[in-house]
Amino acid sequence: METIKIITRDDMADVALGGAFLGTGGGGDPYIGRLMAEQAIDANGSVQVLNVDDLADDALVVPVAMMGAPTVMLEKLPRGDEAINALRSLEAVLGKKADAIFCIEAGGLNSTIPIAVAATARLPIVDGDGMGRAFPELQMVSMTMFDIHACPMAMADEKGNAIALNTVDNLSTEKFARVITVEMGGAGLIALYPMTGAQAKQAILRGSLSLIANIGRIIGSEQAANRNPADKLAADLKGMRLFEGRVTDVDRRTEGGFARGRATIEGLESYQGQKMFLNFQNEFLLAEDEHGRPRAITPDLICLLDLETGQPITTETMGYGFRVIVFGLPCDPKWRTKHGLELVGPSYFGYEAQYKPIEILNLQN
Amino acid sequence: MFRIGVDVGGTNTDAVVMQGDKILSGVKSPTTEDVMSGVVDAVERALADAGTDKAKVTAVMIGTTHFTNAVVERKHLARTGAVRLCLPAAQCLPPMVDWPNDIRDAVGNHFWMAKGGYEFDGREISALDMEELNRIAVQIRDEGIDTVAITSVFSPVSDKMEREAMEQLAKTLPDVDFTLSSEIGRLGILERENAAIMNASLRALSERTVGAFGRALTKVGLTCPYYITQNDGTLMSRDFVQSYPVLTFASGPTNSMRGAAFLSGKSDAIVVDVGGTTTDVGALVKGFPRPASTTVDVGGVRTNFRMPDVFAIGLGGGTIVEGTGETLTVGPRSVGYKLTTDALIFGGNTLTTSDIAVGLGLADFGDKSAIADLKHDHLQAVRARINEMLTNAVERMRVSPDPIPVLAVGGGSILVPDHVGDLPVIRPEHFSVANAVGAAIGQISGEVDRIFSLDGKTREEALAEARTEATNKAIAAGAKPESIELLDQEDVPLAYLPGNATRIRLKVVGDMNG
Repeated sequence: METIKIITRDDMADVALGGAFLGTGGGGDPYIGRLMAEQAIDANGSVQVLNVDDLADDALVVPVAMMGAPTVMLEKLPRGDEAINALRSLEAVLGKKADAIFCIEAGGLNSTIPIAVAATARLPIVDGDGMGRAFPELQMVSMTMFDIHACPMAMADEKGNAIALNTVDNLSTEKFARVITVEMGGAGLIALYPMTGAQAKQAILRGSLSLIANIGRIIGSEQAANRNPADKLAADLKGMRLFEGRVTDVDRRTEGGFARGRATIEGLESYQGQKMFLNFQNEFLLAEDEHGRPRAITPDLICLLDLETGQPITTETMGYGFRVIVFGLPCDPKWRTKHGLELVGPSYFGYEAQYKPIEILNLQN
Repeated sequence: MFRIGVDVGGTNTDAVVMQGDKILSGVKSPTTEDVMSGVVDAVERALADAGTDKAKVTAVMIGTTHFTNAVVERKHLARTGAVRLCLPAAQCLPPMVDWPNDIRDAVGNHFWMAKGGYEFDGREISALDMEELNRIAVQIRDEGIDTVAITSVFSPVSDKMEREAMEQLAKTLPDVDFTLSSEIGRLGILERENAAIMNASLRALSERTVGAFGRALTKVGLTCPYYITQNDGTLMSRDFVQSYPVLTFASGPTNSMRGAAFLSGKSDAIVVDVGGTTTDVGALVKGFPRPASTTVDVGGVRTNFRMPDVFAIGLGGGTIVEGTGETLTVGPRSVGYKLTTDALIFGGNTLTTSDIAVGLGLADFGDKSAIADLKHDHLQAVRARINEMLTNAVERMRVSPDPIPVLAVGGGSILVPDHVGDLPVIRPEHFSVANAVGAAIGQISGEVDRIFSLDGKTREEALAEARTEATNKAIAAGAKPESIELLDQEDVPLAYLPGNATRIRLKVVGDMNG
């Protein structure tokens, strides 16, 4: 896989596409973030991408992100300086300037917004993230496994409100910040998990931006050649086509402030007569066959792609009649540890399935 | 009762006369620059062929690609003012930010952002500032702009601010046409605003075109109401399309697919519409075109209209054939409208698929002696290549191993073999005017897409409320109340929000009154 050293305007289409893929159905459509990053790069120049090992041990590294409902972001576009305000507010609390920023998650809007911030603040961005995919809650990051605190955390909105939080643990940060997000109109920009270069080297998942850009390139070039990108993605990423079919039912319900639900997909072509069920909480979390046997379980990645174009499809836009490929990918090994599974394994989300790696579940294939 | 369906395409204007489900006549006529005389000619001939008394015609339905073509070709677009109610939010991505430069220039790139807009739950981002709107109105007047699109953040939740801003601007701009985004699009501000601006830029053309339709029908002596078809195969009244021309986008492929379904009696099929330059392949599911699942660009501008999922290949009646054996190519270049001068059978020097069709005995027109030299092996090789192109395109749109039929329509459909892969091909009667038939059978629809709060009501109650709203819209647009059915329904809880907000999209359709 090619390592990226710089992100130019021309790279943003690939980053947005790759971000949509790793969003595993959640994280929102990165299109808005792509446009913002393109503008910021036009105004301030390309963004330098750092290997985490190139950070000084005492450097201050801060992820910035959008928190809230992706739907809100599609309608109420940002004023433009919210994320920078969040970053500046956090710096004021810390009494120290950030030396680099990074993506809290490698998926959706949050794979593109930090690039816009990096360009505007003229800071480098670290080639890594806290999830290796998208997850719905802010404590669901590798940093939590390494006892790095989300706070002090800053949140900002388009009206100029900037709020600093200090909480006892990362789950509490999630609970309080969620309430503020709603008050801010359903979405806010945040800067959190301030950490040193030394901590970052230990905690963050490496190479995420390169991975996103490469995935985007694969999808783009395969589409341009009129091929479905799924085969090349499977070969290059050790992923697998789990199923192909047509969405025949989407049962969504709101529980605890999340979109939880289940989609039914009826098989087409060689999958004719079979079914697959996808359970989701914003992101796809559990794929089961018609006998209730799991085929992929969180934290492994479950992505939904358009059957013809390979375009990633989000849980929010997925609808009756869509023809799709269910695509699975192994997650970062950090998530397969005991601590990782406590944070983002099936039991946290209330599923009965015991976690087994996707490679084991699909050995027969 | 009699109905007339008309399809005004880039090359041909087709007309059919229908009595109930029966097609009495179908004719093709060249499209004219003024639109009107082509429509007059087609309709008069169709009426004469059918022997129908024009006093007994109750409705005329017109499908047209005129407005799509205007955007694609950047022609006839009016200078437009875009006003977005959003401040202090949404400044970072101004109106038309992601448009190709040539179309942004074509509409003038005049935009203003002002205070206003809503949060997802209907709270105000900020109140409207009437003084600010007055200043904007003066600038619009000084620019000499006479069509304006107003877009407020979350206007699908509440359209109040868009209306109030329009009233305020109209005080200074009494003769300006206003397009409100809430009347056109769904959630997703950039896509909805894009549609509103394109709509505003097409208003003048729409008035001229719809006026030409009206004058054409008057000239023919038809006094019945007429309707224009929408992107999803439903009908709009003339007043409506005059205000919302953008809603006709993609109605061409929709009409040909629905027409093919009607002519063949099949509701699940692959439709292959072969024109002069391209072939559109789409899928019919339950009698309606299967919609595309992603956002669709129109002339490079991102929209979120429901459009049919169509795969186009460069194969038509005018497609150029070159080389032999290993070097054989079929398309994508075409002689286009010059077919009747450039093709061998018409005395030209270019070998086209039409020459091949005549050589193979699939069709009989032009001068056969001009292609007497074509070798049998070559003809068969070209035929095999055409079959391969069609098979690949059909396989791409096919979603089940069931042997559903392929419906071949359009003027160039003689090129389609009797089987495409393992699928049987049906060539329905009147196949060459399927678009006009699709227009003639258009239905009336009503649509709702907005966020409902489930505090104090159940999901079922919210869905029922949405359905009532959509039904009322359909009735207002001219649908028979008793024929109204639910076409599509979807509810999406707003992710990450503890509140019980849900987004409901719902569409009903019904038969036309009268």
